[in-house]
Formats: sequence, structure tokens, C-alpha cells
Amino acid sequence: MNAEFNGIISPENLVYKKPELMNEVPMHYCPGCSHGVVHKLIGEVIEEMEMEEKTVGVSPVGCAVFAYRYLDIDWQEAAHGRAPAVATGIKRLWPDRLVFTYQGDGDLACIGTAETIHALNRGENIVIIFINNAIYGMTGGQMAPTTLLGQKTATCPYGRDAELHGYPIKITEIAAQLEGTCYVTRQSVESVASIRSAKRAIRKAFEASMAGKGSSLVEIVSTCSSGWKLSPVKANEWMKNNMFPFYPKGDLKDKTSE
Amino acid sequence: MAEQEVTLMKGNEAIARAAVRCGVDGYFGYPITPQSEVIETLALDKPWETTGMVVVQAESEVASINMVYGAAGAGKRAFTSSSSPGIALMQEGISYMAGAEIPGVVVNVQRGGPGLGTIQPSQSDYFQATRGGGNGDYNVIVLAPASVQEMADFVDLSFNLAFKYRNPVMILSDGVIGQMMERVVLPPYRPRRTEEEIRRECPWATMGRTKDRRPNIMTSLELKSEVMEVHNLHLQEKYRKIRETEVRYDTWQCDDADYVIVAFGSAARLAQKAIDMARDCGIKAGLFRPITLWPFPTEQIAAVAQGRKGILVVEINAGQMVEDVRLAVNGSTPVGHFGRLGGIVPEPDEIVDALRKMEN
Amino acid sequence: MEKEIIISGFGGQGVLSMGKILAYSGLMEGKEVTWMPAYGPEQRGGTANVTVIVSDERISSPILSTYDIAIVLNQPSLDKFEPKVKPGGILIYDGYGIINPPTRSDITVYRIDAMDKAAEMKNGKIFNMIVLGGLLEVCPVVSHAGMEKALYKTLPERHHGLIPLNMQALEEGGKIISRMAR
Repeated sequence: MNAEFNGIISPENLVYKKPELMNEVPMHYCPGCSHGVVHKLIGEVIEEMEMEEKTVGVSPVGCAVFAYRYLDIDWQEAAHGRAPAVATGIKRLWPDRLVFTYQGDGDLACIGTAETIHALNRGENIVIIFINNAIYGMTGGQMAPTTLLGQKTATCPYGRDAELHGYPIKITEIAAQLEGTCYVTRQSVESVASIRSAKRAIRKAFEASMAGKGSSLVEIVSTCSSGWKLSPVKANEWMKNNMFPFYPKGDLKDKTSE
Repeated sequence: MAEQEVTLMKGNEAIARAAVRCGVDGYFGYPITPQSEVIETLALDKPWETTGMVVVQAESEVASINMVYGAAGAGKRAFTSSSSPGIALMQEGISYMAGAEIPGVVVNVQRGGPGLGTIQPSQSDYFQATRGGGNGDYNVIVLAPASVQEMADFVDLSFNLAFKYRNPVMILSDGVIGQMMERVVLPPYRPRRTEEEIRRECPWATMGRTKDRRPNIMTSLELKSEVMEVHNLHLQEKYRKIRETEVRYDTWQCDDADYVIVAFGSAARLAQKAIDMARDCGIKAGLFRPITLWPFPTEQIAAVAQGRKGILVVEINAGQMVEDVRLAVNGSTPVGHFGRLGGIVPEPDEIVDALRKMEN
Repeated sequence: MEKEIIISGFGGQGVLSMGKILAYSGLMEGKEVTWMPAYGPEQRGGTANVTVIVSDERISSPILSTYDIAIVLNQPSLDKFEPKVKPGGILIYDGYGIINPPTRSDITVYRIDAMDKAAEMKNGKIFNMIVLGGLLEVCPVVSHAGMEKALYKTLPERHHGLIPLNMQALEEGGKIISRMAR
């Protein structure tokens, strides 16, 4: 069986492989989760840019807290919400390094709103990868700042009610208004086409940061099948039907060619 | 050797100027009275045009300390400064730095509390500084300057200790030392470390993973308790070594003293004046000044207390270091405390009165 | 020699810079000095004071209970610091706006109408130097030469043209200070 398997993966048959930076550590993410795909895209882009030895990632608090286990680059683990400040410290003192943060909605759009807005507004030459799955995954499915109205979570079990819980925040739209950002986009990774588009977006953002053009924010509208209590397939359907209308995909700002 | 430049400046200015001269790479801070001159001086001197030192006014103290976390985690010499309420905000970051073993420097130019408190001088953050301050079992090395000269000298010392032990270091000053001007000799200019030097001295730093090593990860997280306990034991062993080797203190006129005043920072300066005044009235007093508040000079205080009529702890707070002094003296000598609160700095004659009371 | 001096007046009157020039002059003469302001929220017209100690030896406390010399430039400052002058010490006050003059007889009291003199010389900015001139006349804590050196050292070069005027103000201060009868 194994011999047969190895025979198939011969150089002439190889059409796809994971990036070298992605190691063999089994991921802790649930089946159907978007995180793994985004990790892979980041690894691919770093390799394509040949920045393996010059990249520092900043991981958040949330499901991606262990992002540093899966991509073999240097990482710093930030306190909840503080990743943009940590990235600022690294990038200001190592301006020739590629510095990005990887943050979820609670980390970036709630507890770390101040750090996010101000790092972007200063135009730090960093990239923020923002995973928006409208829920707190790691702590067991509580309401996130981006939870949709009517969406049920552990802390809004009867559905998010604007009077009780306020409105979902469109942090990406806010980021697009800031003078310091050069590229702000909203992507997803539920299909081959969308994965390719997300990868192009990450590449553009990384390149803009290395060209000193300012801050970039790449939002990935994502699923959380466990938190949403749906199968992976149904979670994708739910995302398309509910998330995309409220969080429309596409570039919100692109000044990278200026 | 070049002629030493003697100048007159505030403690806050001395911190800033010494930092530029001893090759510090970055400063991240947020204005607050009575320490704003640190960032103001740096902004005025523009070190980014000379040594390349980076200066960023952050959006908050929370952000400042996390910028230090990032920069220092990447092997650079970075620091921040603030005053009491701002330092309270930084405790999250300091705890994370202790956990991840990141060597940054924090300057606290203390003011009175609790809460927004007052902008006047105080030493009421002693507990916060010497007990760790944030969550978890950890310690920060704490240095207490008593002059503008020490404000300047302790910058380089702090960075050396921070990198030697991969641990946060705090310079615990106050509004008196921060705001006063006196003569100071600044350290000579020293270049910032090169990338090769950082690579050599900080093999743990996250500055980009080269192929010859595993990735460097700065983190304080570990979900397996067994592993976390091992990490904690490693930290405790490091703290033990620091306690063994890094205690610093100073004594003055203790030889014939019946009474020893224990005081740190600005309170030690006030106490010196009071000791002169007391000796004029026939009370033989001396001074023991802890320079490191953590590690605390426990054994040295125990020794100095032997055979005295009393120990008077003078602090600009309600009685914090006095607890450590009582533990050190362990009942062998009576220990009293004198302090003023809320930003009032005790005047030397009040300290003399307190000594007199001990005598009766 | 050690002189413990308090200078007190309105914020914006130049109290802190007066102390700074004095301290810097001491430093120029190789003395130990401390300059300790009673700082507060930034406010024009509030009260301000600064303790300056000039000494041949290392200085202990920058904050004091009593003073050798008090220079008081308004009524609240006079009320606050007259009682804190050491017996045998010196109190110097500007008569401008003083309703209740000093009363102690165990100290030497000098009056200097520096506000009026500055107005007469048509330059409000030299008020400080007139006061300091008065101080140096009755107690030469530092020399005029040391003070000139300090001015050159502390003033930006574009203001160096003003130094002769400042030195003239220092001389004038020395002339107009007068000892009050006990």
C-alpha cells in the first residue's frame, strides 16, 4: 500500500504539494475550518517571495493562538488584541523584515480595536490577516463583535439583538477610511476560485508592506462549523447566504499601484 | 579619553539622553505627568537621524508595552516609560514578557494613587513593582535611582540585566527624581548592536528564521500543565540566581548609628538630610539604601539591623517596603515606618521627629 | 558653603527659569546644585515655586523644610514662605501687589521693585535678571561672571545678542535692592 502510494507521488506525477514552511504537526483546527487553508496560503506566498528567512508572524489569542506550530517561521505570540502593537515594535526595528499579524474577529475587532485602528492609521508597513467567522471559536462559541443580527451564540442564545448587544462591526470598512492603509480587501476561502483570489490578495498585501506603502488589511470571511453547529458543507452555505450579504467581498481600497 | 560633559538636566531628560547614548534601539511611550519629558526629549533630539533609534508615540500604555514586547522579542534594546496609572495598564504586557522571557526595560516615574490619584511624587507602586505586578508567578528586576546621575546610569545597567537574564527590568523612580535637575555626566556614545551581534548574543530572537535553526517562538502559552510547571520551575531557578548575584545597596553613616533609616530612591535623599539634622541634635542615625528593590537586600538588612536601637523605614507611601524590612529583620530590632501619602513628600524635619518618637 | 533657596511667584513669571539660571551658574562654577520645581498641571497664572540648592558638597535632599533664602514674588508666596526662612536667613520680595509686607525681625528682609524697574527699562522679560541681581548683591551665591557663562550656555545662539541687556539688568537689580528696617 505504502509503496504504491510513494510510487504515485513521483516527481513526474506531482501536481500539487504543500509549502515547505508548513510542517507535519497535525493541526488542532476542526474539520471544515478556514484557518488551515489560510495558513497554507501564507506559507505559499512567503515561499514565492523567498522571504522564509526574513518573516516574523504575530499570532493572536483565539483559535489561531497556535498558528506558530504549523508554519516554520519565527513567531511572536501576542496578548489578546495586541498583535498590531507587537508587529509595530518588530517592524519599526527590523524594517527589512516581512511582518504580519494573524487575528480573529474578537482579537482584532473587539479587545484590540485601539491597537488595530492606530497601527493601520500610522501606516505601519505591516499586514493584518483578519479571520472573520462571526463567533468566538476557541472559548466555545460566544458572541463576537462581528456576529450577525439574529445569529445565535452561547452569549446571545436567542439571537443577536441590536438593542441588547449592539450591531456587528464592519472593521474592514473602517480600515479603508484610514489614511495609513494602502490595501484593504475582503476575501474568502470556500472554493478554489476564492482561495486563488485570497492568495493573490495576501501576496499583494505582503508586497505592499515590503515596498513601504503602508498598512494592509486582508479580511477572510470564514466558517466555524463547530461554533455555528453546522456541517462543513452547510457552514459554507450559511456563510454564502448570511455573511456575504453583510460582509460583501472584494477590494475596499487599493492604492498599491500609486 | 574625551572630556566628560557635565550638564544640568531633569531625571526624565537624563533617561532619554542616556538611552540614545548607550545604543538603545527603540522607545515606545505615551505622555503622562510627571514623566512626559522622556518622550519630549527624545522627540526634540531626533535620535533616528543620528543613532537610528526609533521613537514612537503609541496610542496607549497598553500598546507601548506591547511594542516593546515585539521589538525586544526580536532582539532589540527597547524601552518604555510612564507614571503609575500608565504602568498599571502595562502590567498585562510585563507579565507576558516575563512569561516569554523577553528582555525589555520599563521606567516608572511614580505619582500618588490610587486611581487617577495625583500628579505629585509618590512611592506607592513598590508592591506592584516588587511582587510582579501582573498575573502569574514572576518577578521583575527593580532598580531605584536616587539621583539624576543614577537615572542616566541605570539605563545601561537595566538593559544589561534584562538581556543577561532575559527578563523585564523596571527603573522605579518618582516625580522628585524625574522632575528635579542636578549635575549629570552622560555615558559616552556607543553604537547600536549590528544584526550579526544580535544574532550572536540573542540566538532566541525572532528576527527571521535562518535554515540552520528551528523557528524561534516568543510565547507565554502552554496548555499542558506538566510542561507549564517545568517552565515555571525554570523561571524560579532564574529568579534564585538573580537573588543570589544581583542585590545592590548602599550604606551611609551606619558605623556608629543607633538608628538606621531604610529608604530607597528620593526618600533616601530626604533621609540623608534628616540624618544630618538628627546628628546635630545628638541622635546617631545612618542610612541603608536598597538600590535593587527586587532582588531585595534581605540578608544585608538583617546584618545591618544587629545591635541597633531601631530601624526606621521612610517611604512616600503608607508602608510597603517596611514589610520586606520586617521580614529581613525578623524581630531582632524594632522596626518603625514613616511616610506621607497622596503625593505629599515628607520634609526632612518630619523624619527627624519620627526618629525622636522611636527613641522615646 | 551651602545655600538653600526657594523662589516663588505666579506661573508664567519666570520663577522656574530664574531658578534654572541660578542652578546653571552654580554648575558653571563647579558647584553641586539641585533644582526642584513644585510642578502642577500646566497653567498660566497659577502659583509656581522652585527650590534651588547651591553647595560645595554633595547635596542630600532636594526638598526642604526651611530655607536660607526666600525670594517671593507675590502675596501668596510671601505668606507661605516667610515662616520657612531659617532664623538669620534672608527674605527678598518684590513690592508689586504686596498688601501685607513681611513682619519677621529675626531674618533680614530686602525689597526689590523689579516689576517697576523692568517696566521702566521697557522690557518685561528682564524682570528675572533684575531679581537675581538683587539676590547676588545681598548674597553672592554665584558670581556675575558665572551667570554670564550660564546664559551663554543655556540660551540658544540666536538670543545671545540679548545677553548684554540681561547682564545690565543684573547690575540694575544690585543697585535697587534695599534692606528693610527691622
